[in-house]
Amino acid sequence: MTSIALQGTVELGIIYAIMALGVFLSFRILNMPDLTVDGSFTLGAAISALMCLKGSPWAGLPLAFLAGGLAGSVTALLHTKGRIQPLLSGILVMLALYSINLRVMGRANIPLINLPTVFSTWPWLNRWAEGYTALIGSSSLLVLILLLLFGFLKTRFGLVLRATGQNPQMVRSVGVNTDTTLTVGLALANGLVALSGGLLAQYQLFADISMGVGMVIVGLASVIIGEGIIGSHWLGQHLIAVTVGAVVYRLVIAMAMELGMPPTDLKLISAVIVASALAAPALKEQWNLAKRQIQAQKGGGSEDAEDMEADQKLPSG
Amino acid sequence: MLKIWRLTKSFPLDKFTQRLALNNVTLSLQKGEFVTIIGGNGAGKSTLLNCIAGVHLPDSGRITLDGMDITFWPEYRRSLYIGRVFQNPLLGTAPDMTIEENLAMACAKGKSRGLLPGVTKQEAKFFRDKVADLGLGLEKRMHQKVGLLSGGERQALTLLMATIVRPRLLLLDEHTSALDPATARRVLELTRSIISEHQLTTIMVTHNMKEALELGTRTIMMHEGRIVLDLSGRQRECMTVEKLVSFFTQEASIEVVELKNRA
Repeated sequence: MTSIALQGTVELGIIYAIMALGVFLSFRILNMPDLTVDGSFTLGAAISALMCLKGSPWAGLPLAFLAGGLAGSVTALLHTKGRIQPLLSGILVMLALYSINLRVMGRANIPLINLPTVFSTWPWLNRWAEGYTALIGSSSLLVLILLLLFGFLKTRFGLVLRATGQNPQMVRSVGVNTDTTLTVGLALANGLVALSGGLLAQYQLFADISMGVGMVIVGLASVIIGEGIIGSHWLGQHLIAVTVGAVVYRLVIAMAMELGMPPTDLKLISAVIVASALAAPALKEQWNLAKRQIQAQKGGGSEDAEDMEADQKLPSG
Repeated sequence: MLKIWRLTKSFPLDKFTQRLALNNVTLSLQKGEFVTIIGGNGAGKSTLLNCIAGVHLPDSGRITLDGMDITFWPEYRRSLYIGRVFQNPLLGTAPDMTIEENLAMACAKGKSRGLLPGVTKQEAKFFRDKVADLGLGLEKRMHQKVGLLSGGERQALTLLMATIVRPRLLLLDEHTSALDPATARRVLELTRSIISEHQLTTIMVTHNMKEALELGTRTIMMHEGRIVLDLSGRQRECMTVEKLVSFFTQEASIEVVELKNRA
């Protein structure tokens, strides 16, 4: 892989890491499988692209964040007030967002070629570090988000937000409405996802109606890969793991493409990665059990059988 | 203090029949009273506690606490005044968070939950002292995840969390029954000392009749959703486990006779 391609991959990874942090927030912290992500990612991209067309790319990012937050709160509302299952609530909002995104964009694809974006409006940075604007810009945003998120999850509200995913009964018994914590959590998660989508649209210079498809799985893959590499024993480590996971995921995909994998197979590969990672512990357990059964049937050689025989030889009573 | 007036609650068994879990229960508690509740399975003990705590909404009746009508309050709002320890040690704490963080959440009860730091240095020291008072050596493990604690340790911690902001009412739902006998004794001893230290108004559900008579100031027996025995003062002092058991079997056999007569 050339260094330019590597830099591009890392840049993409950093942008996607913001989305992965959103998925981490809903799947891991709130313990809620939120499928709104596919829709809110595109929503963020659509709004950000629209603002680029209107000549204010910077306003696009906070607006994307807010719109994503709104989408997340609708999902939360369906679940908490409407008592609709979490998965279904997310799917419903994702479906609705497809139409909304088309309305926002007005067409299925918005190209942003030759328009000012957040990456092109830093002339002072360009002079100082030519060619690294996107890398420096997006990574400083990511670091800022990581610090803010870490700080937030350590505040009084952050503590009960985290506890909501682990033990909602306990949260209610310390006097906190779990509907509120869940809503704020999902809003924040989808806000981050939409921000990531908005950033990506300006980075790749287009927004497309289908760019959010499978984003949940990409996010989940990043979370799982990161947990495998870095670990998740304490909060800060977990957050860093998600970020690293997102970059590694991009690198793996880039290498697979380099080796000749057609880009159309991308979603298949993502699904396989996540499915195998999720199924791995169960498969491993079954494999170990099968191994022990075979050994037990063979008899003689196994230590257990010898111990059992030895025990039986002992005089009883 | 706590007034329960003609509380009724039924649960649907299937589409057409329902089981009456609470049948016209009226109960009044004085400030500082420590009531133990006994009764067989399905007597309505836990349902009564859950109705007071707001887990279930009663079908009819009223509940007031210190003059506030809390009948229709949601669970989380009642929790500001009511402390609870559950039978299941897993229900009282957040497993992936530290002892300190769990206590911080309980200690912020009734305060603003804004973006203030979750645990300040001052609070950390306060929590450490409180945990040291439990006498379990947990003060050295303040930054360990609660999931690593044993059932007894978690139950002791839950007890501390339920009382760290002095509740107006403490509800204990068979909180020692999932523990081994030695640990159960220890947690019970802790319960006794915390309740007497803070003069807490308490309702404790238990399966152990000896415990029910030894602890507290008043004992109530429930059967088929009704209060069938309410002992306090001299009457309670004279009561023995044997008499209680015979009363209990009598109460149950009345039902059998009634059923036979009906048939």
